[in-house]
Amino acid sequence: MKEERKLSSLDVGECGLVIRLLADGSMRRRLLDVGIAPGTSVACVGKSPFGDPRAYLVRGCEIAIRRKDAEGIIIE
Amino acid sequence: MGSVKLLKREKANPRENKISVALAGNPNVGKSTLFNSLTGMHRHTGNWAGKTVSVATCDIVWEKKVYSVADIPGTYSLLSHSHEEEVARNYICFGGADVTVVVCDATSLEHSLGLVLQILEVTDRVIVCVNLIDEAERAGIKIDTDALSRALGVPVVPTVARKKGTLKRFLSELDCYSEKKEASTRYSIGYPEKIKYAAYMVEKELLSYETGGVSRFWVALRLIEGDADMNSEIFSNLGIDSCDKEISDAVARAREYLFSSGIDAEGYKDAVVGAIIGDAEAIAKSVTEVNSCDPRRKQRQIDRILTGRLTAFPVMILLLGLVLWITMSLANYPSEALSRLFTYLEGKIVLLFELCNAPDILTEALIYGVYRTLSRVVAVMLPPMAIFFPMFTLLEDSGYLPRVAYNLDRPFAACGACGKQALTMCMGLGCNAVGICGARIIDSKRERLLAILTNSFIPCNGRLPMLVSIIGVGFIIFIGRVPSALLAAALLGFILLSIGGTFLVTLILSKTILAGERSSFTIELPPYRRPEVVRVIFRSLTSRVFSVLCRAVSVAAPMGLIIFVLSSIQIGGASLINHASDFLDPVGRIMGLDGAILLAFILGLPANEIVIPILVMIYTAGGALGADISVSGMADIFINNGWTLMTAVSVAIFSLFHWPCSTSIITVYKETKSKKYTALAALLPTAFGFIICVALNFCFTLFKM
Repeated sequence: MKEERKLSSLDVGECGLVIRLLADGSMRRRLLDVGIAPGTSVACVGKSPFGDPRAYLVRGCEIAIRRKDAEGIIIE
Repeated sequence: MGSVKLLKREKANPRENKISVALAGNPNVGKSTLFNSLTGMHRHTGNWAGKTVSVATCDIVWEKKVYSVADIPGTYSLLSHSHEEEVARNYICFGGADVTVVVCDATSLEHSLGLVLQILEVTDRVIVCVNLIDEAERAGIKIDTDALSRALGVPVVPTVARKKGTLKRFLSELDCYSEKKEASTRYSIGYPEKIKYAAYMVEKELLSYETGGVSRFWVALRLIEGDADMNSEIFSNLGIDSCDKEISDAVARAREYLFSSGIDAEGYKDAVVGAIIGDAEAIAKSVTEVNSCDPRRKQRQIDRILTGRLTAFPVMILLLGLVLWITMSLANYPSEALSRLFTYLEGKIVLLFELCNAPDILTEALIYGVYRTLSRVVAVMLPPMAIFFPMFTLLEDSGYLPRVAYNLDRPFAACGACGKQALTMCMGLGCNAVGICGARIIDSKRERLLAILTNSFIPCNGRLPMLVSIIGVGFIIFIGRVPSALLAAALLGFILLSIGGTFLVTLILSKTILAGERSSFTIELPPYRRPEVVRVIFRSLTSRVFSVLCRAVSVAAPMGLIIFVLSSIQIGGASLINHASDFLDPVGRIMGLDGAILLAFILGLPANEIVIPILVMIYTAGGALGADISVSGMADIFINNGWTLMTAVSVAIFSLFHWPCSTSIITVYKETKSKKYTALAALLPTAFGFIICVALNFCFTLFKM
């Protein structure tokens, strides 16, 4: 069984598969809208100067997500 | 057979039927570029979500038919909730367009197809445009548009929106399509069986309603979801009776059915979106061929420099300095030329007035009052703006600006705001009113207010020349000359100070009046694109010139008249202006300024460009704004009136932090519709400037002793 991690734990160059989203309400909607849903593969492709937010490659698009929000995305 | 070059905006024959075309798509896919190319309109396009916040429409004529094309704001999904995306959703679902064109980005087709599938659910009159084909090719991505068309059941056209030549195929497709009357066999999303069954339950009850082309299945899905906003839109736009018991019963039964199958409200939304995303992924994969192992490698290399830990900030500061330096140094020549032109014209106008035997008072009021003020504003403000905004737009179109928001998000989040505020500040550097409007790109209301209220802390193009002159005077007082390198460094230093002030006040506000939840922040980092330099320059020039002239006339001209009146009316041997300046003197002195300076700032409310000319006028006891003078001439006059280095520093600081110009204040009201926040926007920088100047002056006096 693959271990579960948070998206925020991904370092640059690592990738994972989204299992579930902890967020609800408008943030959940936002994540779903940009294509981050259970079954999506995401890869961390960059960090901003302070390390937060980080850039993730989702379905061919680069999306920047804050650490706080990335902690609510469970991957494996 | 027409050619794209013949495309023009003709006055539509009112008897002809217009075919309405809606341009929809994700943000950053080139919808607005397509719109511009089709309509020849030079509307400004931006490179981040939320730039187009109203729906622009334009008529075009092609092959004897009139099309009314609407450029809809970019949206990621029809189920979104931010304000701009709701506008888009309502237009797409309920706008009743004859043809909906969905624009996709060929470099991230999977991402774009989600919206295509959603729109196909609503209406079958769809044409898909796979845009940025050239960029995809460069990245080694090949899209089989014919296969995509077969899979989706609607026409699919490859385009390069900014190259008009490639639009021919699109237009012929549009032409054929508008003729077709029968429905095409379009794609239907593979929802889980249980959800489909639940939707059929509700769809049955909707059969008695005429929904005007909107799919009843789609309506059923939405009713089960139960989003209040969406429901009210559906009821009001599609003429469905919200009290229809049969429908509400069916919805309740459907939900019960789903619940008993283990699908609750959240699970339903997830399943619906999951099905759409899954299908989009499958279709995209089946029609895309990737020839390179990493299509975004080059972008990542650039990003390593522009967003890297050690290089991001130096690059940003360097770029800021570069933009400032280019703006200020290039603007000098046209400014001087304009000044000379206006002075020359003034002489001619005076002659004209004399010829007409106009009364002296009229000549003086109109020419020395209104005309001089107008010409000063235009000469000082126009050249920097005409240089700054094209540069800003180039940075924007290239895709760099979202990186700025990305880099600065952490510091802004620490102050309770978000990285997009940095972008409004960049706009404010050109014109504070533009920056205030630009706050619309921020989703959260609270953070938008933070950006609006603090925008005036950043000096605009109107204040930059004033700042440069004051710094110059300061150098002359201090060392007798103006070394241009140090001047540039000092200017950058003051700008950084104003940025620091913005952060500080943002922090204070978010701990006090505007305290609240930190919003979630996502921003798309679009691929870097080569901006079209010529088009950007032309577009910026024409739009900026027009807006500056409008503002000058409407705002500065009346002030010119007021200044003339104040300086002409004499009471007890001195003009009203001199009286006012004496009255303000005590307040000015504790700030390290004097009454004349304070008065000049007050009278400069409509336009900061006239602050220094007014000051010179007061000092020289002139009856009107004088001709343009050099920095050394200014320094002589100021020194004669008691200026010290400290005065120059205080004036420079006050020019950063004082009440916003009248246009900005009005814009704040228009954007917030709140008198309270408008007053706050005016008071904040004033109070800040006052406190700093008083404190500085206090320390200085203490130090001198």
